[in-house]
Amino acid sequence: MGNFTIFFPYRETFPRIVNYASVYGLTANESACIATWQRLPCDFRCRHGGLQHKKPLKVEKMYTYKKLLAATALAMLTGGLMAGGASAKTLVYCSEAAPGGFDPALYTGGETLDATGQAVFNKLVEFKPGKSEVEPALAESWTISDDGLQYTFKLRPGVKFQTTSYFTPTRDLNADDVVFSFERQKEGSPWAKYVDGASYEYFEGMDFPKLVKSVEKVDDLTVKITLTKPNAPMIANLAMDFSSIVSKEYADKLQAEGAQQKFNEQPVGTGPFQFVDYQLNTAIRYEANPTFWKGKVKLDNLIFAVTPDAAVRVQKLKAGECQLTIYPDPADVEGLKADANLQVIQESGLNVSTLAYNTTQAPFDKPEVRKALNMAIDKKAIVDAVYLGQGKPAINPIPPTMWSYNTSIKDDEYNPEAAKAALEKAGVKDLSMKIWAMPVVRPYMPNGRRTAELLQSDFAKVGVKVEIVSYDWQEYLKRASDPKHDGAVIIGWTGDNGDPDNFLATLLSCQAVGSSNRAAWCNKEFTALIDKAAVVSDVAERTKLYEEAQVVFKREAPWATLAHSLVTTAMTKNVTGYVPSAFGVHNFEAVDITE
Amino acid sequence: MFRYIASRVLLLIPTFIGISFIAFIFIRLLPGDPVIALAGERGMTPERHQLLMDQFGFNRPIWEQYFSFVWNIFHGDFGTSIASKRPVLADFLTLFPATLELSICAMLFAVIIGIPAGIFAAVKRGSVFDQLSMGIALVGYSMPIFWWGILLIILFAGILHWTPVSGRMDLIYFFKPTTGFMLIDSLISGPKGAFKSAFSHLVLPTIVLGTIPLAVIARQTRSAMLEVLGEDYVRTARAKGLAPKRVIGVHALRNAMIPVITTIGLQMGLLMAGAILTETIFSWPGIGKWMIDAIAKRDYVVVQGGLMLVALIVMTVNLIVDLLYAVVNPRIRVK
Repeated sequence: MGNFTIFFPYRETFPRIVNYASVYGLTANESACIATWQRLPCDFRCRHGGLQHKKPLKVEKMYTYKKLLAATALAMLTGGLMAGGASAKTLVYCSEAAPGGFDPALYTGGETLDATGQAVFNKLVEFKPGKSEVEPALAESWTISDDGLQYTFKLRPGVKFQTTSYFTPTRDLNADDVVFSFERQKEGSPWAKYVDGASYEYFEGMDFPKLVKSVEKVDDLTVKITLTKPNAPMIANLAMDFSSIVSKEYADKLQAEGAQQKFNEQPVGTGPFQFVDYQLNTAIRYEANPTFWKGKVKLDNLIFAVTPDAAVRVQKLKAGECQLTIYPDPADVEGLKADANLQVIQESGLNVSTLAYNTTQAPFDKPEVRKALNMAIDKKAIVDAVYLGQGKPAINPIPPTMWSYNTSIKDDEYNPEAAKAALEKAGVKDLSMKIWAMPVVRPYMPNGRRTAELLQSDFAKVGVKVEIVSYDWQEYLKRASDPKHDGAVIIGWTGDNGDPDNFLATLLSCQAVGSSNRAAWCNKEFTALIDKAAVVSDVAERTKLYEEAQVVFKREAPWATLAHSLVTTAMTKNVTGYVPSAFGVHNFEAVDITE
Repeated sequence: MFRYIASRVLLLIPTFIGISFIAFIFIRLLPGDPVIALAGERGMTPERHQLLMDQFGFNRPIWEQYFSFVWNIFHGDFGTSIASKRPVLADFLTLFPATLELSICAMLFAVIIGIPAGIFAAVKRGSVFDQLSMGIALVGYSMPIFWWGILLIILFAGILHWTPVSGRMDLIYFFKPTTGFMLIDSLISGPKGAFKSAFSHLVLPTIVLGTIPLAVIARQTRSAMLEVLGEDYVRTARAKGLAPKRVIGVHALRNAMIPVITTIGLQMGLLMAGAILTETIFSWPGIGKWMIDAIAKRDYVVVQGGLMLVALIVMTVNLIVDLLYAVVNPRIRVK
């Protein structure tokens, strides 16, 4: 028995279904088709139901002559019978967590950035799919003044904001929107506290309040951003989700209505998908933006199904309840690869996991002690046992896929004997220390406790006694930030924007001591190199400076660099065009579902 | 009667104060604070941290924070989540029906199977059924919920395809909820097939959440039944020549039910704890998962507001039960 598809042209035939179908963005045909389908006998329905697969409704079982005849008659009666045909394509993505809200500038969690900046909004410039280089997006082109202080962006003409059930734009994107998108995040703006507890952590964290002097409109399609000092990573920062361009017209409308909080509930952007509905902690529904400036995307509907448990995400994928999911347990990956209906993509994540020594604490204030301990760590064993082979030992603090990665640096050789001798030479005897095991799973660290145990046994071999400690995650981060904390901390990082500055300055500069520099390592030579690299615009020169900085890092060894993990995405075989992002965000713009 | 009602209502005041204080202080006793969670691994400078703590008002004296918390509750304001910036009350009202629906179904499941199994095991004491069912009950009681949930998913959803894996409803169905109870909403406003979908999504979480109460109720029923069956009045009833069905079903069961009903009441409270894990496994959008996330993020406002709302519901239900009790039992209102 082959497949056949039933279509019904008259929505009037099934008025009861029309409402929910129209919200869903279906045509009258599809709506009636579903209505009829639900009225058909049980065994007439396909096992996993039509819409979430977005295939034409197929009858896949053998039928008795009588049932088939009845179905055929019903089909003929209301419209006709035809084979094949296109229907709405929906992708269900099993996401790991519910979004905080829908304003991409208010949150730092990846789950919210996926649901907002990646799906609904665009930025002036954006990262090329899967790459860390930027390409023009809402800005067609830009120029940087010779002193590196002024960035002038030419906006793309004719870009439309999304028309939704709650907002109809009357004008195209212009410079006012761009100015507003940044100005609103400043202290003192009427939008700085538009919802209770609003705080723009990325804007703060990327130092925009100090770095950006002004964002000005030159004319309708030209914007000038003036900096207080040259900053080479600026363009990459503008491709991050907190730099999403929002509609000023929509914001003004909400402000006039006194309903500003809706800005964080019902987003309006220029991106590939427009928001339809969010069921709290359950699912987010989007439909394709028909006026998307790159042309309508191939998917018609996109649904994020919130599924916090990794093992359950895998089961949902296998059962066809979603078509794509992320971050499976490393132990499940082999099984996913073996499944004939699934495909698995593994990419090196733009990340690193480390053991950060507290370089202010004796004897870890001596580089030779830290170097000696680094020699005692069997990184390969950690990659095998903790990452189950889905990662590689880390040599430098930045991942190998990042530009300026210094390939000439050799890793400290794993050699417990030499490590022991080096410790003795440094005058360290009967050392006991604490290692902090992070209590949560992150893409860069599948199991903090297991890693700590392996380090404990490695260090025991060189006569160093290790006590493993752990705290609740928030407390862990807070305590580890304090330069006076006791012990070496297992921690890591996933890059935000592909610029080496985002690793080296964020995690290792003197300025970051007390926050994200958990080794409390302030090395003048290193910080001078990093600071210089941030103000130079020539990439070749920056590369040289960062390469040098990595040499200093390796010599001083504030961390034991542990591993760079592979990031796994699993999807059904019929999903095409998905490109994993280097930054751990998830974008469905280029995705298609084939029959 | 009026005095009785007044005393019951007045008793709510110290209860309210006690609970509000516990809800407020409990989360603050844990190390950590809500502000640090906003920046994640990036961390924040101590200055920025202080600034935000000031802005959220967490640097005010503790009693001042407490009084403004209580004051706001009296004005119907349960605050706004620090992490999600969403109003606590609105989120609670959206999520609570999901937890309630699941808890009620789990309890019904436990009672409907547990009580008859307990009775039967007591009547056929020492039989294969008795041994087997009590053995299973013991296993059910000791089963880690997480493991049990995944096991059922793999078997019934993954291999047999009898049930969906997780969620409350097929994503194909999309309608605005009226009551928040999917079984009811799908009948009122859902398209055809929605009820079946809601029901099939409930099956596995109900079993997982209901397993422990089921085991407890079955064992409690059995032992209560055994005790009662040995009483003189039961022997008398038998001696009078009453049918065994009547002796067990009417004479013995009534008295045996007293401790069982108490157990059911206690288990209903414990269901909340089980609901946290069950909701995580089955992506069930209820308050258990919501509260746990809030505790992990030290979202003081959500934790204290959520606890307070749960407490208010329990207090209201208790009050109603007390009043109903007085209606049916005259001795109470006279006293």
